[in-house]
Amino acid sequence: MTTVTEKADSGERLAPGTPLLEVRDLHVEFVTRDGIAKAVNGVNYSVAAGETLAVLGESGSGKSVTAQTIMGILDMPPGRVTSGEILFRGQDMLKMSNEERRKIRGRKIAMIFQDALSSLNPVLSVGYQLGEMFRVHQGASRKEAKAKAIELMDRVRIPAAAQRVNDYPHQFSGGMRQRIMIAMALALEPDLIIADEPTTALDVTVQAQVMDLLAELQAEYNMGLILITHDLGVVADVADKIAVMYAGRIVETAPVHELYASPAHPYTKGLLRSIPRLDQKGQDLYAIKGLPPNLLKVPAGCAFNPRCDIATDLCRTEIPALHQVADKDGAELAGRRSACHLWKETLHG
Amino acid sequence: MAEPILEVRNLVKHYPLTQGVLFKKQIGAVKAVDGISFELHKGETLGIVGESGCGKSTLAKVLMNLERATAGEVLFKGEDISKLSGAALKAVRRNIQMVFQDPYTSLNPRMTVGDIIGEPFEIHPEVAPKGDRRKAVQDLLDVVGLNPEYINRYPHQFSGGQRQRIGIARGLALKPEIIICDEPVSALDVSVQAQVINLLEQLQGEFDLSYMFIAHDLSIVRHISDRVGVMYLGKMVEIGSDEQIYEHATHPYTQALLSAVPVPDPTGREGRERIILSGDIPSPANPPSGCRFRTRCWKAEERCSTELPLLAVPSLEGPAAHESACHFAAEREVEQSAA
Repeated sequence: MTTVTEKADSGERLAPGTPLLEVRDLHVEFVTRDGIAKAVNGVNYSVAAGETLAVLGESGSGKSVTAQTIMGILDMPPGRVTSGEILFRGQDMLKMSNEERRKIRGRKIAMIFQDALSSLNPVLSVGYQLGEMFRVHQGASRKEAKAKAIELMDRVRIPAAAQRVNDYPHQFSGGMRQRIMIAMALALEPDLIIADEPTTALDVTVQAQVMDLLAELQAEYNMGLILITHDLGVVADVADKIAVMYAGRIVETAPVHELYASPAHPYTKGLLRSIPRLDQKGQDLYAIKGLPPNLLKVPAGCAFNPRCDIATDLCRTEIPALHQVADKDGAELAGRRSACHLWKETLHG
Repeated sequence: MAEPILEVRNLVKHYPLTQGVLFKKQIGAVKAVDGISFELHKGETLGIVGESGCGKSTLAKVLMNLERATAGEVLFKGEDISKLSGAALKAVRRNIQMVFQDPYTSLNPRMTVGDIIGEPFEIHPEVAPKGDRRKAVQDLLDVVGLNPEYINRYPHQFSGGQRQRIGIARGLALKPEIIICDEPVSALDVSVQAQVINLLEQLQGEFDLSYMFIAHDLSIVRHISDRVGVMYLGKMVEIGSDEQIYEHATHPYTQALLSAVPVPDPTGREGRERIILSGDIPSPANPPSGCRFRTRCWKAEERCSTELPLLAVPSLEGPAAHESACHFAAEREVEQSAA
C-alpha cells in the first residue's frame, strides 16, 4: 500500500478526534407535482477522524438525502438546498464552486452505496472501474492503474485479485461486489466515508464479513465514517454515536451505549421496544401505532405526535427544539440531545 | 403434539440446465431443493431460515404446487398432493394459501382492493356465494385491521404495511388451514413490522391456522415460531424447537448464522465472539460433495467430503438432542448470546 499514498495534497493522516465534517441547520426540499416535500428540516451533526456516526431512520426520514447533499450528488432540480452549511474541515462546501467540490469528492469524502450491482457499470471490468480513480485523479497510466486496482482488490480481500481484475461486475457475488465498492471508496484514501445502507442487500454471514472489513480499514486509515442504516443491530455493533432521524429532523443524538440503555425520545424508545425479546415469546410485540408521515403533509407540532403515547397539546402545536439532555440532578449529559417536549419524562419516567 | 397437517418427504426440486436448441440435452441441474423432509403440525408455526439461494422460497413454491416437485411427496392430511392436477388440485389448494414478500409488486395496481381480496371467490365460489361477496370482503378487511370502506380503493393509495394487510386478507379469503408466509415483513419499515407480526399471531389464534414462516430475520422468526428449520444449499441442516435451535444449536452453520446476527445491544460488544465464515455460498448447480457446508466449515475433515451427513438426532444429552445434519454435531463451547 505504498504507491497509493502519494496524494495530491496533504498526504498526512489526520489525528484521531480531529473534527472533519459538520452539518449545520441543513434544509433540503423537493419540488413535486403535489407540493413541496421538506425532506431535511434543520439537520445538525458532526463527525471526527476515526469516529463512527450512525444515522438511524426509516424510509423517508431524510437520512439518505442528507448524505447525498454532503456528497453533492443530490439531483437538483427537483431537490434544492434552502439553507444551512456543510463544513468540511472548516470550509463550507455549499459555497464552493463545482470545481472545488470535485476535488473533495472521492479524494476527501467517498461514498459506499447500498446496491453494488446498480452502482457499478455492467459493461466495464471492475479493474477498469477501480483504475479509473487513479487515471482521473492522479494521472496514472493504464498499466499503473491496473496494478493499483489489483492492490486494492487484495486490500479488501478479494481472492485471486490478479486473475479477477478483468472480470465484470455480474461475475462477482453480492458480498464481493460490495467489497469492490469499498475498494473504490478507499482508493484515494479519503478522510471520510459515507456508507448508505452498505449491507442491507447482503445475507447476515456476508454482512458480518463486510462490516468487519470496513471497521478494520477505518481503524487503519483513521477515517471518519457516517453509517446510514435502519438496522438497530448493525448500529449497536459499530457506532460510536448515533443520530436518530424522523420526518427530516434529528430527534435524538447520543453516544451508542446511552442511547440503547436510556433513550430520551419516544420514537427511539418505541423502536427499541419493538425488537422481539426472549421474555416476550407468545406475547404481542410492542408496536409503534400508525404510519410514518407523508412528507407533503407532516403533522403540525412534533411530527411524531400522532404515533406517540405521551403526546400533549403542546406536542400538537409547537415543534420541539433539540434540547440538551440532563440527568436527574440536572447535570448535562455530554453529546445527548432530544427533540421532545417531554424528554425528562421519557428519560427518567 | 397435534397431528401433522402437512408432511414433506424427501422433496426434491431440480431445475434442468440444458444445452443446444433443437435437441435439448440436459447438462446438469440447479439443485434448489434437494431432499427435504419435515412435518408441520396443526396450529403451529414452523420458521424456515437460511441465506439467499438456500432454496427456502423454492420450497414454498413447491408446497403451493406453483412448481412441480421433481421427486418426493407432500402429504396434506395424509394425501399426496404433489402429483395432483385439475379439479383435485384446485380443491386442495384452497387449504394452502400464501402471503408474499413484496406488497408493492404482489398486488395488481389496476384492481381495487375489493377485487383483489374477492378474486379467490371467483375460483372457489362455494366459499362465498355471489351475493355475499362484498360483505365477505368487508369482513376480511375488518379482520386485518383496515377500514371496510376502503373496498373501492386501489393499492397505490395504501402504505407498505397496509398493503401487506391486503395481501394477508387475500390469503385468508378461502379460510385455509395453512398459510405460507414468504418474508412477509422484510419489505416493511421497522416500526411497522411489529404491527404485521402481531396481526399474524392474532389471526393464527382466531382461525386456528398453521404457518410456515420463511424469513431471514432470525429474531422475528424466533418470536413467532414454535419450531425452526435451518436450510443451506437445498438441504435442511438442522430442525428443532426454537429453544433447541437458538440456545443449543449443534450444526456449525446454524452456530455461524446465529453469531453473525448483529445484536441490538451495544453492551459487551467488544467481548462478543463471532464466527466469521469465509467465502460465499457455493452454486446450487455444482454443490460440494458430501456435506454441502464443508467448504466454509471450520470443523470439516476428510469424512465430510465423502460422506453426506443425514438429518438425524445426534447422541447428545438434553436440548442438544434434536435433528442435525452434521458428522460432528456438538454445541458451541462459548456461551452464545441470544439473537
